[in-house]
Amino acid sequence: MTTLQPPAAAEPRPAPPPVRRDRRSWTGWGFLGPFVAVFALVFLAPLAYSVYLSLFRDQLIGGTTFVGLDNYAEALKDDRFWASLGRVSLFLAVQVPIMLGIALLVALALDSGRLYGRDFFRISIFLPYAVPAVVATLMWGFMYGTRFGLVGDINGALGVSLPDPLSPDLVLASIGNIVTWEFVGYNMLIFYSALRVVPHSLYEAAQIDGAGQIRVITAIKLPAIRGALVIATIFSIIGSFQLFNEPSILQPLARNAITTDYTPNYYTYALSFNGQQHNYSATVAIVMGLITMVIAYAVQLRGMRKGV
Amino acid sequence: MTSPVATASDRSAPTSSGTSGSAPRLRTPRRRHSADRPRRSVLLTVLTSLVLLYSLVPLVWLAISATKTQEGLSRSAGLWFDGDFALWDNITETFTYDDGVFTRWLLNTLLYVGLGAGGATFLAVLGGYALAKFDFPGRRSVFAVVIGAVAVPGTALAVPTFLMFSKMGLTNTPWAVIVPSLISPFGLYLMWVFATEAIPTELMEAARIDGAGELRTFFRVALPLLAPGVVTVLLFTMVATWNNYFLPLVMLKDPDWYPLTLGLNSWNQQAATAGGEAVFNLVVTGSLITILPLIAAFLLLQKYWQSGLAAGSVKE
Repeated sequence: MTTLQPPAAAEPRPAPPPVRRDRRSWTGWGFLGPFVAVFALVFLAPLAYSVYLSLFRDQLIGGTTFVGLDNYAEALKDDRFWASLGRVSLFLAVQVPIMLGIALLVALALDSGRLYGRDFFRISIFLPYAVPAVVATLMWGFMYGTRFGLVGDINGALGVSLPDPLSPDLVLASIGNIVTWEFVGYNMLIFYSALRVVPHSLYEAAQIDGAGQIRVITAIKLPAIRGALVIATIFSIIGSFQLFNEPSILQPLARNAITTDYTPNYYTYALSFNGQQHNYSATVAIVMGLITMVIAYAVQLRGMRKGV
Repeated sequence: MTSPVATASDRSAPTSSGTSGSAPRLRTPRRRHSADRPRRSVLLTVLTSLVLLYSLVPLVWLAISATKTQEGLSRSAGLWFDGDFALWDNITETFTYDDGVFTRWLLNTLLYVGLGAGGATFLAVLGGYALAKFDFPGRRSVFAVVIGAVAVPGTALAVPTFLMFSKMGLTNTPWAVIVPSLISPFGLYLMWVFATEAIPTELMEAARIDGAGELRTFFRVALPLLAPGVVTVLLFTMVATWNNYFLPLVMLKDPDWYPLTLGLNSWNQQAATAGGEAVFNLVVTGSLITILPLIAAFLLLQKYWQSGLAAGSVKE
């Protein structure tokens, strides 16, 4: 994902004269060193260890043995893994466009300057981001519940019987709703911040040229924030593939609907901490990591291309 | 979180058409509502209010539910008060239930946030400053590796980190939660972008010519200019540590070291265990107490973090 770096043209000043370079190289590392050291300990070392683990297998007889790529072969044939990947892919295909779409519409509404009480909207819609996923899930779990939840209230008040949001058919959508609630405001803020720095002279010019609001949005605003859109999409893809907190916390409320292999992350967690299959768990996690990176990279390449 | 793609060519096209369009401007009477100050729209406000309601109703539900007793929760409608106003009782019981374990969780969370988010911010500020203002070998590859690592799923790291830490004797201690929290790739990125914009290189040169060492230049010249960026990164790392669930879930067995998130979930699951007491009123009240500090921080500091985020988006 190297292209996430700002392009070289973005450097505010030309490279410093070569005379200074020697002294600078040393100084720069002095400041960056602490970050890199901890990063190596908590990211690179576990990653390397994970690859190492994935090449071994704990046998009942004979202890831990080197099995090469056998674990990977097993993962590629593992129906439970593919089912969980299918589930998060469906989630990704439905939830992410809805969430980013709402976030973009609100950001454009805020940026248009046509709202009454703009600052109130901005901060209020952002607030759910400050709520821990645990609290958000507990809260929505209570509200979904027919016993003392809002769904029960609506059923009672209107004399209808809404389907149970925690039933096997609906629970994925219910999780999607929780995730949307948590991150609409965050993404809105990212888009809004990007929109704020588009020079207003562009809008003046477009208006004089007779461009309507829609044309200004499609021809100026969206291209100007394409980078923010791409990055928000990538982070949302990564988030969907890593889905764990919401399903695992809802699990006691929806025992029939949510199994311990509901998402790839849940599956690796259960393999490792309930099943003691550390080696296979590491393998599944690596396969999932590779799939995530490939898709994020593909989205980035496509998104960054001009004139899409 | 920037738009690294929008380059100068994106912008020059509409600007040049604006120049050619300056002639008609003379004929057009000056409008009361310009592009800068458009007419407010009731319709748009109403439509946006739907999203506002969606965002706020669950929080209102939480605040109202925290005033109810366990029985009141199931007896009354979700969005209105029950006859008994039990908020103060609930708060007292939340802090005293099970020998005040909630207080312990709160203090743990503060410890994890203080050391984890504080440390993460410090490392990100130092690193971002280095990436923005110094030229050194490996500068570009460092960031490529850091951003690439963000795409790795949490569990891909959590399991091996757990096994590593367990060999080092760190699991089930606060360090197992604090040390991994020290790295915030997003914080590093934001500080890099922010420092590039906020610190004029001439100012650093001037400080050096005046004889200031690198550390002194950083603390006396750069750091004050970085303040809005630092507040932004601190808030976002605070949210990440305060809300962290997965890492402590993996690392901690002993409820005495739980942060609030793990503790609340254990209270919630208590009802489902054999012989466990249902304490939903405490789960709800505890949840409310858990989110208030962060919401307060965001509201009080919004001037700073919003300018920090906006500056993060300037980078073109």
